[in-house]
Amino acid sequence: MISELFSATVLIGIIASGIRLATPYLYAAIGETFGQRSGVLNLGVEGQMLLGAFAAFYVAFTTGNLWLGLLAAAVVGALMGLAMAFVSVTLHAEQGISGIGFYLFGLGVSDLLFQRMLGTVETVNGFQPIYIRGLSDLPVLGRILFSQNILVYGAFVLVPIAWFVLNKTTLGLKIRAVGENPQAADSLGVSVNRVRYFTVTLGGVLSGIAGASLSIALLNVFQQNLTSGLGFIAVALVYFGGWRPAGVLLGALLFSMVNSLQLWVQVLGIPVPSDIAVMMPYVLTIVALILTVQRVRSPSALSKPFQREG
Amino acid sequence: MSDNGNLPSGKPRIDHLEMRGITKRFPGVLANDRVDFDVRAGEVHALLGENGAGKSTLMKVLYGMYQPDEGEIRLNGERVEIKSPVDAINKGIGMIHQHFMLVESLTVVENVVLGLPSSRGPLTDLDRASKRIRELADFYGLQVDPDAYIWQLAVGQKQRVEIIKALYRGAALLILDEPTAVLTPQEVNEFFDTMRHMVKDGHAIIFISHKLHEVIDISDRVTVLRDGRLIDTCSIEGCTKSSLAEMMVGREVIMKPYRAEVERGAVRLALQNVHALSDRETPALRGVNLEVHSGEILGLAGVSGNGQRELAEVITGLRQTTGGQILLEGESVTGRPPGELTARMLAYIPEERMKDGMIQAFTVAENLILRDHHKEPFSRSGFLLLRIIAEFADKLIERFKVKTPSRETPAKSLSGGNIQKVVLARELSRQPRVLIAAQPTRGLDIGAMEYVHARLLEQRQAGTAILLISEDLDEVLALSDRIAVIFEGRIMGILDCAEATPERLGLLMAGVESETV
Repeated sequence: MISELFSATVLIGIIASGIRLATPYLYAAIGETFGQRSGVLNLGVEGQMLLGAFAAFYVAFTTGNLWLGLLAAAVVGALMGLAMAFVSVTLHAEQGISGIGFYLFGLGVSDLLFQRMLGTVETVNGFQPIYIRGLSDLPVLGRILFSQNILVYGAFVLVPIAWFVLNKTTLGLKIRAVGENPQAADSLGVSVNRVRYFTVTLGGVLSGIAGASLSIALLNVFQQNLTSGLGFIAVALVYFGGWRPAGVLLGALLFSMVNSLQLWVQVLGIPVPSDIAVMMPYVLTIVALILTVQRVRSPSALSKPFQREG
Repeated sequence: MSDNGNLPSGKPRIDHLEMRGITKRFPGVLANDRVDFDVRAGEVHALLGENGAGKSTLMKVLYGMYQPDEGEIRLNGERVEIKSPVDAINKGIGMIHQHFMLVESLTVVENVVLGLPSSRGPLTDLDRASKRIRELADFYGLQVDPDAYIWQLAVGQKQRVEIIKALYRGAALLILDEPTAVLTPQEVNEFFDTMRHMVKDGHAIIFISHKLHEVIDISDRVTVLRDGRLIDTCSIEGCTKSSLAEMMVGREVIMKPYRAEVERGAVRLALQNVHALSDRETPALRGVNLEVHSGEILGLAGVSGNGQRELAEVITGLRQTTGGQILLEGESVTGRPPGELTARMLAYIPEERMKDGMIQAFTVAENLILRDHHKEPFSRSGFLLLRIIAEFADKLIERFKVKTPSRETPAKSLSGGNIQKVVLARELSRQPRVLIAAQPTRGLDIGAMEYVHARLLEQRQAGTAILLISEDLDEVLALSDRIAVIFEGRIMGILDCAEATPERLGLLMAGVESETV
């Protein structure tokens, strides 16, 4: 039975769906990377994703327009991000606790809206794989890399863009400075609050899109707690990735590959207790974090509210 | 000076900056009371005063961090309002803060251009900036690698980066807030050369310092503040250390404390080839050998970050050694926990008195019994004996002249000098055999400093073996019987106080071997 896992078709299937499954992790974790590099820890990613997923699904379901759905997810994510920024930046709230608050808010409100506005589990016809002439016909690679939908491509394109913005632009320099030594940045006229509002709101937008990638591109349904902890794993991936986009990409891929593997193990009916299989990605998170957290230094001002001294 | 009114950077000079009648109030405090101050292109104007005299407030007003309640600022004769640090920078005013405002994880050039518009729009233009930094560095003798990360730099280099940051922004007037506190005597000389060069080019410099001989050395004029008020502004000609100190404190000051003859006794503390790691797990102590005798003060001089902190922590049991022996009165206590060392009458005045010396939220009385709270006479069978603690606290508050509303006042609301008195009272009232005093007067004003020095000398006379770890060379020279110099975790040499001069110590502090001194 185990040997079935190693047939070419199955391996290609595992890798292709692994790449697809990396999508929500990438959007959410890249967004969170921006926030954390500027010194704000947003634990509410999961809540933002749930509301984004619902908004995208509902709008796509009622209008039939997937792009409107995506826009709705981004707008809802932006509003959630703004709210988080207001609480953590303007009000100087403890970020871990307020993030958990936003998670619970997103969890509850998305379920409430789901019960009231949809009532039952519906499906939409989500974003379809894009056929690229030539590339999609390639053996193996064509199926793995070039038969994915637009949101998958978007997630992977986001990684080098994020790297470029962080390392090659004046905005990125400000973000890094604010996350390490906000007093120094402030003394040079960089508005710490404005930078943090920007990154946390951007993080919200990307979390909303991460939710949309689940509800209108990968799973094409919405139900209670659709994300089931995925947003928290995205936060962990930022640590795993050492606050660098490339590291986040590596973590997201590793994680989604294991996830994909466990799905295929179940599909093929390999006699591994399903509970154990489902646990694998989470065990992996813990192990990965233990191995990495001691290695990389976090941004010095991470989770510390900034207040100008006397 | 050039004639067209421009600096070598091409930016306009600030020929005259005046602050007139500046008043700044905070709730319950008059920080500046109608203070006048002015500085001209081509001069160094020193600003002197005790902690809380209003120097920082005045400079923060000038740098746009505070708005004055009354008074005005005039730039080249025209009235201006400075609303923020950015505003100040745009008007040609730069400030070098006492605590460096640098982002450790960024490079020198990234720190310099942070917050400035780029010639490439949204993209950074680090190559061009690096070139400009090299030009400035060459011109003013501020050698530093633009591509180095800040965390790789020594303290003196970080200071150069701060100055380059200000010059890069076209600062014509520089406010230097205690810039020499972290430098060796040789580095101070180099730094003064740079200052003289900048002044010659037409810059104006405001120099804030506690060190009177430096003020006399570098300044053209000096202004003294006390209790928020202007005492005097005068030319430096004819000023002496004691005349300046008297103006600052308002009474005569004993510049050199009296050291009585004390018979040097047996060795009480010995370190033999001690090794230890820093927090970053790099070697911090590399084979330290020291002996401190009963009735002597052994001064440990050195530039900040050469292992002083780790040394104090190793002796007091707060940090593990990775090699070597520590002997307390001949017995090895290597690796013993702080509690046992306390019982053996080792006392410790920690460098970070607010963080390691006390519990800020506790009352003065509670802080006074921190070390012995668990035993007689302060507690019995696990219950605190509050009456006895209260009596004890009142006695120490009186004996050590701690200014506090009551023994029940939370320690954090006391002034720095009084907090240090609480720590001293707790540690010295135990009649210690060995005392480790780490930076015991850092940040204290002259009055409190005199007090701490007197108490340390009193302990010396009582026969305590004292290790005085200090970055203030004047302090080390004034108090110590012998002076050891630490550099990169090694003792570079031990000098008798009679043969120690700032120059010789300075060379050792910079890592020059003692044979060549």
